[in-house]
Amino acid sequence: MTESLIEATAERLFGDHITTRMLAAAEQGTFPAEAWQAVEDAGLPRGLVPEEAGGFGMPAAEALAILRVAGRHVVPLPLAETMAASWLLAGAGLDIPDGPLTIAPVVKGETLTLSRRGQEWHLAGTATRIPWGRDAVAVAVLAEHQGTPMVVRLDRGGFAVTPGNNLAREPRDTLRIDAVLAPSDVAPAASGVDAQALRALGATMRSLQMAGATASLLSMSTQYALDRTQFGKPIGKFQAIQHSLAILGSHQAAAGAAAIGAAEAVGEGLRIFPIAVAKIRAGEAAGLCASLAHQVHGAIGFTYEHSLHYRTRRLLSWRNEFGSESEWSLLLGRHLAAAGPDRLWPEITSA
Amino acid sequence: MVDLPFAPPPPCPEAETLRQEVRSFLADALADRTPAQRAESWQGHDPEFSRKVGAKGWIGMTWPKQYGGQERSALERYVVLEEMLAAGAPVSHHWIADRQSGPLLLRVGTDEQKDTILPRIARGEAMFCIGMSEPDSGSDLAATRTRATSVQGGYVVNGTKVWTSGAHQADYMILFCRTGQGERHEGTSQFLVDLHATSGLSIRPIYAMTGEHHFNEVVFTDAFLPETSLLGKEGDGWNQVTSELAYERSGPERFLSSFLVMSEMLRVLGPEPSERAAIAIGRLAAHIHALRRMSRSVAGMLQAGENPALQAALVKELGNSLEQEIPEIARLLVDCEPSLESEDRFLATLSLITLHAPSFSLRGGTREIMRGMIARGLGLR
Repeated sequence: MTESLIEATAERLFGDHITTRMLAAAEQGTFPAEAWQAVEDAGLPRGLVPEEAGGFGMPAAEALAILRVAGRHVVPLPLAETMAASWLLAGAGLDIPDGPLTIAPVVKGETLTLSRRGQEWHLAGTATRIPWGRDAVAVAVLAEHQGTPMVVRLDRGGFAVTPGNNLAREPRDTLRIDAVLAPSDVAPAASGVDAQALRALGATMRSLQMAGATASLLSMSTQYALDRTQFGKPIGKFQAIQHSLAILGSHQAAAGAAAIGAAEAVGEGLRIFPIAVAKIRAGEAAGLCASLAHQVHGAIGFTYEHSLHYRTRRLLSWRNEFGSESEWSLLLGRHLAAAGPDRLWPEITSA
Repeated sequence: MVDLPFAPPPPCPEAETLRQEVRSFLADALADRTPAQRAESWQGHDPEFSRKVGAKGWIGMTWPKQYGGQERSALERYVVLEEMLAAGAPVSHHWIADRQSGPLLLRVGTDEQKDTILPRIARGEAMFCIGMSEPDSGSDLAATRTRATSVQGGYVVNGTKVWTSGAHQADYMILFCRTGQGERHEGTSQFLVDLHATSGLSIRPIYAMTGEHHFNEVVFTDAFLPETSLLGKEGDGWNQVTSELAYERSGPERFLSSFLVMSEMLRVLGPEPSERAAIAIGRLAAHIHALRRMSRSVAGMLQAGENPALQAALVKELGNSLEQEIPEIARLLVDCEPSLESEDRFLATLSLITLHAPSFSLRGGTREIMRGMIARGLGLR
C-alpha cells in the first residue's frame, strides 16, 4: 500500500527509536523522554491540529494513520493521547503546551465538575484510568458547564496522581482534581465536540493501534513459523500452523480495513457508525490474533524474554479501552433495532 | 514485513443515485416474492427477472458498449450486486455470466464469440454454468480428467463434471478439461460449450440435502465441439481458470448469503430488543460493514487491473464464517423450532438458510483452499 509522507516519517522514526530495552524500561516506570522528544520534534502529536493553531492542517485520516504505525512498533508513548488533547485544546482555541499531554475523563459515565467562581473557574472530581497521567505536562479535560461542553487546560499542579497500569503496564492513573483555573484555561469545546465525540476519537485511536499491533503479530508469527524447526521441518510447513496464520491474517486485515474506515470517519465529522464498527472489529481481532500468535510461538512466546508479549498485552488492554466491543455493539444494535428491519440494509450502506 | 493490504475503496459519487434506482426497481419487481423464495439468495432462478435486469442495463455493466455493456465502473456494478443480494432477488439466471464467464470471454474470447454471446448475456438471455469439478477433482482442480481430443474440425470430449450449478437451466458451460500431454495444470484448456447444440451430453440432477435441485452431473460421451468453441489459447486453461477466481471469490455474495436471516430477526426482536440481542445485532452489523469495505476494496483493485486473488481469499474466508454464524446467533436469540414448512417469515428464512449454510464454505473454493492460498501469500508455501 502506498504510504503517505507522514506515515513514512513515523515508520523511520519509530524504527530508529523504539527498542525492546526501552519497552522493558517503560514498564518499570522510565518515561522514554528522548524518544518523545524525537516524536515531538517531528510534529507528530500535532497531526489533528489545524494550521492556524500551529498544526499542519492535514486530513484527519492521514494524521491518524501514524497510530497504526505506532501500533506496529508498540510505541510506549502517549502519542494518541497527546494528539487527542491537542485536538480538544485547539478546537476550543486554547494554547497547546509542548510535552506529553493526556485527556480526561476516559471512563464511561465519569464526569468532572466545572463551576464558575467570579472571573475564575473551579474544576473538581476524580478521573480514573487516565493514560500517562503521571507523565503529562497538562490534561485536556472535557466537562459540562450549564449544559455546554467546555474544554479545560489543566496543568500539572492541578491534580494529584495515584499510579495504576493496564495489562501491558502502560500508565493508567487516577487523577484527583481540585483546581482553580484562569479564564484563559477554559473555553467552550468546538461545535459538535462532546463526551461521545471524545470517546469516539479515543476508540478510533485504539482501533488503529490495534490494527498496527495485530499486523506486527502476523509478521512476527509468520517469521517464527519459518524459523522454528520441529519434526525435521519449519513448523510453518505444517497445514495446522498455516491455517492458524491464515486466520490471524484474515482478522488483522479486517481490523486494518475497519480502523482506516474509522480514521476517515473522524475527518467526516466524527461519524459514529464506522467508528463503532472499527472498535468492535479491531477489538475482536485483538483477542483472536493474540491467542493465535501465542499458539504459533509456543512456550517461548509466553516468556518475558521474548518480545511477543509487548504486543499481545497491549492488545488485550486496548480492546477494553474507550469502550469494549460490547459497548459499541450495544450502541449500534439499539440504533439498528430502532430503525427497524427494512432500514437495516440502508443503514449499513449509508454509514 | 508481511502485509495483506486493502486499499480504501475508490470513491464513487454516481453510486448513490444508482442505488436508489435499483432499490425502487427491486421494490416493484420483487413485490410478490415470499421470504422463503428470497432466502434462496443468488440461487433463486427467474429468467423473466433477469431479462428485466438486463433491460435496465445492469448486467455486464462494466463491459464495452460494443458488446452490450454500459462502460460503468466496478463500484457501480457492486452497488447493483449488493442491492440484489440484500433484497433476495432471484439472480441465478445471469449471475455467473455477469460475474466471471462474461469477463473471461471479454478477456480471451474471439471476436465472433464476443459479438454473438456478450450482448445476449447483457440482455439477461444467456445463462452460464461452470464445468470445473469432477468426481475425482474437487478442491484439487488440477486433477481434472475430462479430455478434449483434437479431431477433424474440432474436438471430441469424454468425461464427467459434477456439482455443476444450473446446468439444467443454462445455455452455455465454460468447460475446463485436458487437451494436451502434460501433468497436473499443464495441457489444460477451456471451451465454450453450447448446451443446446452439443450432442453426447447428459445432464442429471444431484439433489441437495434440502431436496432442492441446483447441482447436476454432466456427462460428456464422445461429445463433439467445433474448433470455434475453444476459449482462449489451447494449453492455457490453468492460467485462464485461476484468473477467474478473484471475480468469483470477492463479491458480496461471499458474505451476504444469510443477510435476510438478520433482517427477519430484527423484525421478530422489535425496536427495543434485550441488551443481549442488541449487542449481537450490533456486532453482526459491524462485521458486515467491515467486510463490505474489504470487498469494495477488491472491486477497486480489479478495476485498476490488479490481481487481488489473495485479498479475495481473505474476503471469502471471513465472509463465509460470518454467513454461517448469522443463523446460529439468530436461533439462540429467538426462541423457535425451525421448520421448512413454516409460514412465519423469520422461521421460513432461518430454516432454509440453516440448511444451506454448510455449502457456504464449500462452494467457490473450500475454506481449507482459501486458508492455503492465504498461507501461500504469507510465504509459508
